[in-house]
Amino acid sequence: MEERFLSRNFDIPNAHTLAVFEKHGGYQALKRAVTMDGDSIINEVKKSNLRGRGGAGFPCGIKWSFLPKESDVPKYLVINADEGEPGTFKDRYLMELDPHRHIEGCIIAAWALGIRYGYIFVRGEMQHAIRRLEAAVKEAYAKGYLGKNILGKGFDFDLYVHPGGGAYICGEETGLIEGLEGKSGQPRMKPPFPAVVGLFQAPTIVNNVETISAIPFIIEHGGEWFAAMGVEKNGGPKLYGVSGPIKRPGVYEARSGITVRELLEEYGGGMLDGHELKAFIPGGSSCAVLTPDKLDAVMGFETMREAGSSLGTGCVTFMDTNTCMVRVAARLAAFYHHESCGQCTPCREGTGWATKVLDAIEAGRGRPEDLDLLLDMCSNIEGNTICALGDSIAIPVRSYIQVFRSEFDAHIKQGCCPYPAWTKKRLRSSVAA
Amino acid sequence: MALAFSEKAEVHFKDLVSRYPNTLAALLPALHLAQSEFGWISVEVMDYVARRLELHPTKVLTVATFYSMYNMQPVGKCHVQVCTTLTCALRGGYEILEHLEEVLGVRVGETSADGNYTLSEVECLASCGTAPMFQATFSDGEIEYFENLSAERVDTILADLNKRIATLPNPAEMH
Ligand SMILES: Cc1cc2nc3c(=O)[nH]c(=O)nc-3n(C[C@H](O)[C@H](O)[C@H](O)COP(=O)(O)O)c2cc1C
Ligand code: SF4
Ligand code: FES
Repeated sequence: MEERFLSRNFDIPNAHTLAVFEKHGGYQALKRAVTMDGDSIINEVKKSNLRGRGGAGFPCGIKWSFLPKESDVPKYLVINADEGEPGTFKDRYLMELDPHRHIEGCIIAAWALGIRYGYIFVRGEMQHAIRRLEAAVKEAYAKGYLGKNILGKGFDFDLYVHPGGGAYICGEETGLIEGLEGKSGQPRMKPPFPAVVGLFQAPTIVNNVETISAIPFIIEHGGEWFAAMGVEKNGGPKLYGVSGPIKRPGVYEARSGITVRELLEEYGGGMLDGHELKAFIPGGSSCAVLTPDKLDAVMGFETMREAGSSLGTGCVTFMDTNTCMVRVAARLAAFYHHESCGQCTPCREGTGWATKVLDAIEAGRGRPEDLDLLLDMCSNIEGNTICALGDSIAIPVRSYIQVFRSEFDAHIKQGCCPYPAWTKKRLRSSVAA
Repeated sequence: MALAFSEKAEVHFKDLVSRYPNTLAALLPALHLAQSEFGWISVEVMDYVARRLELHPTKVLTVATFYSMYNMQPVGKCHVQVCTTLTCALRGGYEILEHLEEVLGVRVGETSADGNYTLSEVECLASCGTAPMFQATFSDGEIEYFENLSAERVDTILADLNKRIATLPNPAEMH
């Protein structure tokens, strides 16, 4: 196993408490950061090649440099802890097991960027993570790491934990900002980007939990060190998830640039006995599906694009040869339909229609022309919506049809699903409203 | 009787409001607090929250109905929500749901006659590495995840839950 950073405290008892965190070197990076000026910190983050860990992979240092230096109103830091992308389960561990590291990252970001207030928007269901973060914030205030005149530097920063109400769309950064403002989580048109007009109309940086949890290590070891722990343009150690019918599902830390095969075999222990790999999704359900011949693809943003998909959140879902790809597509379409915020017609109507057509094919009522209809729907949704949720259904649905066309054809020809069902009874096949 | 937060909730409410530059931003956490106080989000509860935050009641209605965690109808003392999204489905999530239907004697979306359990499906809760799973939400506002489930483990968990909910109030009778 490689040396661990992000997950270094996961096995240490009570590392979520300030005393244990500090005993293991916690808040040293902050003490160092306050001896540096903001520009030097942003520069280190740029050099580190830290790419946003929320799915889109935007270079963190560049995002930070978009935030106006001078502002008449207080600037905000918003942490995207809404982790809702199906197949993704890494941020939860950072919040539950190492909350102070995350808070330390928030304070360093605030110092570097001249930010006055921060909110960690945690999905409301994650009560355990919320309690751990709240307790850690309280300890950090008591120790003078948060609040007024932090470390005697005349720097004030207040940080709050905010629970969401339960809506996948609040993971989209402008939906999240709307949710944080107390409204329905309906994404905003971009531009303007949050760095210019964000929370409460003020300049705002939105970052994923893992992105910010990585910051203390960049301060401690330098941007170049971080960049060296990866491949071109993809720096640093990263948390990966592996799930599905495999031997050791879970969250693992490895360098950026590991291959999917290494993740599956060395970390995930390989497929469960008697199960054979059929397909995998590299980083959450919005990514295109890939087949085993792509197992040697490197987990980087560019390399995964070359392989025909995207890195997304880096949490890989594996599927075995018993899995019906029509059912998978139908189930995912139902998810996006359920979670569409309803603002854009192509997304609201298209996700519902695609779900109905896919459900019909799965139930053996499909018609040969349905596949072209679905592909046509995907093209009409993609790129024609306010936020990327529209693309998040179009891209995978198209990929299931293209990669597993013969399976769709077989359903239509035979008038039934050739695979073992997920249940004995006929439960609702989808949760679509 | 007019609704009012308990003393403890009142302290929590004041702290919440102090965290934001306006009262609207406190709405989501205030609705969570109201649900744990009053069991579910009735029109009366929405009116109360609106009054306390100086918002129009329709604003509260729009927001409360947008999100999935606010119960616009009373549910059982324990709301069992089984994840059936992809990874959980691949590892037996639907079988867990089916098993719960049998043991609890309800269908998805229903509440047991004794008012103890409501059973629902829910979308991915970031436990895919420990799938299958369900989330239990209790009438006192506590939420717990139960992971790495099997039918046998569900039976053991339910035996514990039965004891745990014995002393909990029925949301339908909380206001
Ligand atoms: C539909 C949708 C859902 C998203 N869900 C999440 C999420 O749950 N967590 C997250 O960090 N980013 C999510 N994102 C990405 C965010 O919009 C944004 O890119 C991210 O918070 C930026 O942080 P980063 O640059 O540190 O990754 C989502 C995007 C879309 C379009
Ligand atoms: S694409 Fe879908 S989720 Fe995004 S804003 Fe439009 S309707 Fe809402
Ligand atoms: S699919 Fe069930 S928790 Fe993610």
